[in-house]
Amino acid sequence: MRQEEVMGWVNEARTAFTAATELDELKAARLAHAGDKSPIALASRTLGSLSPEEKASFGKIIGDAKAHIAQALSEATHRLEAERDKKVLLEEVVDITLPVNRRHRGGLHPISIIKNEVSDFFIEQGYSVEEGPELESGWLNFDALNIPADHPARTMQDTFFIEPIESGMVLRTHTSPVQIRSMLTQTPPIYVICPGRTFRADELDSTHSPVFHQVEGLVIDKGITMAHLKGTLDNFARHMFGADVTTRLRPSFFPFTEPSAEVDIFFNNRWIEWGGCGMVNPKVLATCGIDTDVYSGFAFGMGLERTLMVRHGITDMHDIVEGDLRFTRQFGVGL
Amino acid sequence: MRAPLSWIQEFVDIPATVSADQISDGLIRVGFEVEEIIYQGADLTGPLKFAKVLSIEEITEFKKPIRFVGLDCAEEQTRYVICGATNFAVGDVVVAALPGAVLPGNFAIAARETYGKTSNGMICSARELGISDEHAGIMVFAENEVVIGEDAIAGLQINDVIFDVAVNPDRGYALSIRGIAREVAGALGLTFNDPVDKLRDLKFDEIGEGVSAKIADDSTASVFYLRTLTNFDQKASTPIWMRRRIEKMGMRSISLVVDVTNYVMLELGQPLHAFDKSKIKGGLTVKRADKAQEFITLDGQTRMLHPEDLVVCDDEQPLALAGTMGGLFSEITDSTTDIALEAVRFDPMCIAKNSRRHKLSSEASRRLERSVDPSLAQFASARFVQLLTAHSSAKYVATSVDGEPVYAPLVTIDPTYISRILGFEVAPEKIAEILRTIGCDVDESSFTIDPPSWRSDLLTAADFAEEVARMIGYDKIPSILPPRPKHASLTSVQKRRRAIASMLAGRGLAEVQTFPFTNQATIDSMGFVGERAATYEIANPMSEEFPLMRVHLVPGLIEVAARNISRGAKDFAIFEMGSIFRSSQKLVASISPDLKSRPSAKQIEEIFASVPPQAYHVAGLLVGKIENENWQGKARSYSWQDAIEYAEDILSLCNLSWSIKRSDFAPWHPGRCAELIVDGKAVAHAGELHPRIIEKYGLPERSVAFAVGLSALPESPLVRPSRVGTMPAALQDVALIVDQSVAAADLEAALREGAGDLLESITLFDRYDKIGDGKVSLAFTLVFRAEDRTLTGEEVSAMREAATDLAGKKFGAVVRTA
Repeated sequence: MRQEEVMGWVNEARTAFTAATELDELKAARLAHAGDKSPIALASRTLGSLSPEEKASFGKIIGDAKAHIAQALSEATHRLEAERDKKVLLEEVVDITLPVNRRHRGGLHPISIIKNEVSDFFIEQGYSVEEGPELESGWLNFDALNIPADHPARTMQDTFFIEPIESGMVLRTHTSPVQIRSMLTQTPPIYVICPGRTFRADELDSTHSPVFHQVEGLVIDKGITMAHLKGTLDNFARHMFGADVTTRLRPSFFPFTEPSAEVDIFFNNRWIEWGGCGMVNPKVLATCGIDTDVYSGFAFGMGLERTLMVRHGITDMHDIVEGDLRFTRQFGVGL
Repeated sequence: MRAPLSWIQEFVDIPATVSADQISDGLIRVGFEVEEIIYQGADLTGPLKFAKVLSIEEITEFKKPIRFVGLDCAEEQTRYVICGATNFAVGDVVVAALPGAVLPGNFAIAARETYGKTSNGMICSARELGISDEHAGIMVFAENEVVIGEDAIAGLQINDVIFDVAVNPDRGYALSIRGIAREVAGALGLTFNDPVDKLRDLKFDEIGEGVSAKIADDSTASVFYLRTLTNFDQKASTPIWMRRRIEKMGMRSISLVVDVTNYVMLELGQPLHAFDKSKIKGGLTVKRADKAQEFITLDGQTRMLHPEDLVVCDDEQPLALAGTMGGLFSEITDSTTDIALEAVRFDPMCIAKNSRRHKLSSEASRRLERSVDPSLAQFASARFVQLLTAHSSAKYVATSVDGEPVYAPLVTIDPTYISRILGFEVAPEKIAEILRTIGCDVDESSFTIDPPSWRSDLLTAADFAEEVARMIGYDKIPSILPPRPKHASLTSVQKRRRAIASMLAGRGLAEVQTFPFTNQATIDSMGFVGERAATYEIANPMSEEFPLMRVHLVPGLIEVAARNISRGAKDFAIFEMGSIFRSSQKLVASISPDLKSRPSAKQIEEIFASVPPQAYHVAGLLVGKIENENWQGKARSYSWQDAIEYAEDILSLCNLSWSIKRSDFAPWHPGRCAELIVDGKAVAHAGELHPRIIEKYGLPERSVAFAVGLSALPESPLVRPSRVGTMPAALQDVALIVDQSVAAADLEAALREGAGDLLESITLFDRYDKIGDGKVSLAFTLVFRAEDRTLTGEEVSAMREAATDLAGKKFGAVVRTA
């Protein structure tokens, strides 16, 4: 047996493997060229009868040849398996555009979404999120906020009173009592926002609801000025309405702030009233035991429904309060 | 508050180059929101002429009265027009729009054939000209008031710009042209000519004795001017310029005396009331009504006076509800010749209470409850005398005065406070200059400020800070962020709520928010009883339909579900999170600590404790199929297990462990409701809704719901995980036959207890209830594992037997053999 002869087997094997077009054909070629009865296998079995010198040299030739054949077989196998896979899996093709809406689509209410968004925005700036009861003491809802007994906001038209009326309990008309609670329970510096449900005796129509939501902010610290209020509102407005939005403060009146202002935003080419704000009235600070010689503060508040309606172009309050799933589901979880 | 530009211009010289928009912007900048700018006459084109009625031919064959009217328009020939109004007679002067004229609404006037006649124009009502809402008839004038044939657009001063201004409640002074004009001047840096300056030295000669004025209690009014006039002739009519100004303000011209009271109020801000002097017995006194009594106001309504009501009385009876509305008995009539004119600076709170008690808000009360310049009682009443005597035969008789004006106190401020609050530097000289602009006297050495008589709201340094800021312009305030000294995060309770909402939303439930109101019928139909039915009542609910606060979230969810079903939805799941309001404590009159300083710790605690706890819940309602049915196949319906699983998922999300038992809680099916118990407290209920409720609200059969009381949940414990064993596990299946009445949870607990510590998990993998005899077979897989070794067959068998033995002992469970 010569080396040339062995190389010939290798070439025959390689040719046969390459020529195979089916895995079955390859199997037959493998048996013929690499199986137990193949020339190389038979030659290999004769090695034992050779002298040590011959064994060493011829053994190497046989070993190399086997490796080449195995390599060729492996390549051919991969090639044919890939071809088979391609063909067979193609037959298993499905229409992956079929609708797969099997599960109910859930979602958060848009008011929850915007409440979370506002909360996260202020938490990042060091504000904590304070909450309070919806059925609230009149002293906290009105008196402590410098809203005197005969202020129009306290009359029967605006406020829901709870029986017995002498108890002074009301459904809070704003989230401001949470500010009072914060000032009575915390010591400055105080940085809080108070999102929550509020109540006013307005008929439900396209822009009003007797039950609605507000978010208020309160900062009490040393050296707080109206410039800080403005900076905070500018920042907040940009976060809610985009970088292009501009704000405007207009002098206004609220019993619990002095100076007071309305905050407008210029959005979609018009000025829109967004909320109220001002420097916390020193009378309110005094009621809460905050030293007005050391501390000052600002407060602001806006309606969440209004913010949502302006930002998303919602034209009818009914959509927000009725709980129709077709409306709510459009918001997902607000990401 | 309306303000015509032509009237403002009487007190401010506004250069012609200043546009209406600039004036509006100026007002907005200083804190007066301009809600509307009305360009009166902008949509009106002439010819519009004063015309005298020469003849009237009544045409009667139509359904409504029609007149064919001959008009003298100072033309060569009589002009004939058709008119549907009947409130005029031959000799009256009317306003005629001639062909070619265009009235508001783009209504072009042309000669036309109508009712069988040719109509060569139109006789106009005030509304058709867009100058008033008055449409009771056409406008009628006396011949001596106007010039026949003259342009009526000019004659009626129609072309004008009217600003409709929102006035904040602390700025009562601006409910007058005087006040608005002052703000316009201040905003635009123009000179203001105060109309009061011309009234200061007004003197009238007394010709007799007037009605006497008295204030019974000086806490109710500070100053009372009562002017008596005589010889008034009812024929006197209101001059057109005055009538037109009153109309531009949105009021109606009534009679000369009433018009002059209104005119002076609109001009200066002081409400006036004119009495028919012949009806007054004795003098007039401002006092409390003292007893409940009937009183008929000008509007013809009989009102029951409250003893606390402030009234103006003569010696016998109340003649006016002070500052709110006059009485019918002493009103000015066609036969009035002698007049008593009242001008009082009432206490704002007294008028506010009068107004609220009688639900009667008038032009007068709106001003008086917002505080009126105390000096005006004198000047406004003098202005009335001046105007009435100038435009009628009335003669001044005498004045009676009681009390004197009380002005706001002097205030000393630290001018640096203003810069400190505003966030930018304002020099003391600048502050003084601004405060002078708004009418203050300022002593710059001590910074003692004497606010003007009309600004009773300027009491503290903060009030002056606002004045300075608004006159400089809020737009000059810089925009900077405050320091951020604190770190913050959501509280664990807030995080928990968010996580629960996200989980439910992620698992196909849509969140809804309902009004937290209910009614007794709903509470009853849900089957709530005892403390679960007790709630708080709203004294003034939106409607009698929902006078109570909700005691549970499920009824609101049912309502929303029913609404969605009525709109075509079939299979869905919703949830709500929010407070419920069970009446856990009786509400009592709360304390009202003084506001000047912080309440004591005890008082604060008492106030907080007066507010009842309002539990926070989450609830879900699952109706119809658990999945959408489509080409992928049919789906099963939601069942009681799904509701329980959601409730359990919420508890396990919070890392809490619970036990479960059957409950007959409303509003659930008494045999299909689970109660979940954490730390011995029932915190959640879930299962199938009561069939009665399902039927009543038209929900799909076997709709299910869950409710979890989040406020009742303990804090999540710190997780202390057990080691994960890596030795092989040994599985043992056991099937036990028990009575149907045995709860699976109890049986499982017994197996768990009996199996011992090496039991890693237990799973119910089969339940077979067709054995009969009231028995059921429950099959469990028990997984045992030791941390340190492979368990032997003997060990595992022994543990399995220990488990089934205990189940047998406790519940009579028999191991089922094949």
